[in-house]
Amino acid sequence: MLDVFTIRKDFPMLNRSMHNHPLIYLDNGATTLKPQCVIDAVCNYLTNYSGNAHRGDYDLSHEVDTQFEEAREAIQKFINAKRKEEIVLTSGSTDSLNLVAYGYGETHINEGDEILVTVAEHASNTLPWFDIARKNKAIVNYIELDKEGKLTLDNVKKAITDHTKIIAIAEVTNVLGYHAPMKEVCDHAHEKGIIVIADGAQSVPHQVTDVQATGVDFLAFSGHKMCGPTGIGVLYGKYELLCETWPTRLGGGSNSRYNSCGSVTLKNPPYKFEAGTPNIEGAIGLGAAVNYLNHIGMNNIHEYELYLRNYAIEKMKQLDNIEIYNENSQGAIAFNIKNVFSQDGASLFNTYGICVRAGQHCAKILDEFLNVTNTLRVSFYFYNTIEEIDAFIEVCKKGDDFLDAFFE
Amino acid sequence: MHLLKYVRKGMISLTHSLNDPQLMREIIMDHYSNPRNRGLVDDDSYLKVNMNSETCIDNLDIQAKFNGDVIEDIRYDGEACAICISSTSIMSELLKGKTKEEAQEIIDNYMNMIFEKDYNPEILEEAIAFQNTYKQANRIKCATLGWNGLIELMKESEE
Repeated sequence: MLDVFTIRKDFPMLNRSMHNHPLIYLDNGATTLKPQCVIDAVCNYLTNYSGNAHRGDYDLSHEVDTQFEEAREAIQKFINAKRKEEIVLTSGSTDSLNLVAYGYGETHINEGDEILVTVAEHASNTLPWFDIARKNKAIVNYIELDKEGKLTLDNVKKAITDHTKIIAIAEVTNVLGYHAPMKEVCDHAHEKGIIVIADGAQSVPHQVTDVQATGVDFLAFSGHKMCGPTGIGVLYGKYELLCETWPTRLGGGSNSRYNSCGSVTLKNPPYKFEAGTPNIEGAIGLGAAVNYLNHIGMNNIHEYELYLRNYAIEKMKQLDNIEIYNENSQGAIAFNIKNVFSQDGASLFNTYGICVRAGQHCAKILDEFLNVTNTLRVSFYFYNTIEEIDAFIEVCKKGDDFLDAFFE
Repeated sequence: MHLLKYVRKGMISLTHSLNDPQLMREIIMDHYSNPRNRGLVDDDSYLKVNMNSETCIDNLDIQAKFNGDVIEDIRYDGEACAICISSTSIMSELLKGKTKEEAQEIIDNYMNMIFEKDYNPEILEEAIAFQNTYKQANRIKCATLGWNGLIELMKESEE
């Protein structure tokens, strides 16, 4: 297993405190801390070679191009894409999912077509589809979850009709943390000519990703949830599908030529989607993050996080005042302290230096499934420790004293 | 409910107990578990506003009925945390029946307390339970959501 105490030295944020306690960061589903090598990569670009990409006729710009494209190649290898042109750099998962919805969905969905999602989806994988359905007179339908909240192949099969064109699902859901059987869903969907779009925001940072093995058509993920900077993310798409996808933003760098009659020739993917000066330091930072994660090993990360999760679940189950909503998943833990409104609970954890998220976690239709309107959520990453979970458990026990937080 | 009982009977002065966190806690818990004036009314003579925090889950509808210069009634309902519910409950109790001018003075003092400026604890009565809010920056929105709702309704009543 990985050496967490060595790893922790890579993260300067772990030296700080919050509310006079050492910081215990358990909101990794929201964003992750950054290792020094990512910070250095960003600073190095800003300090030593900050020119524009794909522009200049001088050495500096060539240097930028090299680093920028090396980051794209690192990401390509990280998810095992067939070619680097399948890696579109975006501002994050939300941007990526919007690009698929408006660039591919809007041009391929006709009146009466169906888009399948689940109630556990993040707003970013729901709201664009609502909008496309409204514009194109299509229909958004829901794949039923099993009683635990999991997506099963059987339920996918049941939900598919002759009108289904797109299945848009999270590879791992952000509140319940269940894994979708992505390969099986893709195999079945492809037999019926259905395109599968995966929201990988909560999966790619935590496990080995192999887009060729799953066969997924599009995959969206965010850099900042995997030790990279904010404002950078990825849309992976099969090359032939990206060729059929229309860019949602046009402008500098995305065209090869145009004339005053309005005739435009766009560049090939991915460059046709990347109009404007890209987030260069973000891309370089994400490249460094990917190299860092590779160095630790995605299998090691996944295994260690499961170990942390199982430990936390065992400890939480021993407490009478804790209600857990997704004991058997592999991702975040959704729970409540009985009789304590989630936000009051989060404030209590805050007082002990522990970052815990409260609310609906951007999955606002999930309450219809869970029968609770909001929950607390802890989500681990490979730099968290058993000792941190012990500290978290001690605060769980103090639930009844949640107003302490207000009088510290 | 030990100290609070005596305070409400007038046997202990609230402002003399300002530094007693136990009493402040009792006030908040009392209004949270037993909120006053909660529940909306179906009556067109009430003005109504939805106060939905952009940064957290607090979501309350606030209603107020004005009779000339007097705030005749204040109602609210929705889903919110202990700090938000209790501060709104106390606000409703404190400002109901007051003239707008009187209410404004109390509101100004409350906001001064929340934002660490000079204020008069006497006129805030049980609302002084929120004197520590400034130390918990993430709870300022909770402690002011209901109050800001009434401010909006007071403005609307002038239009």
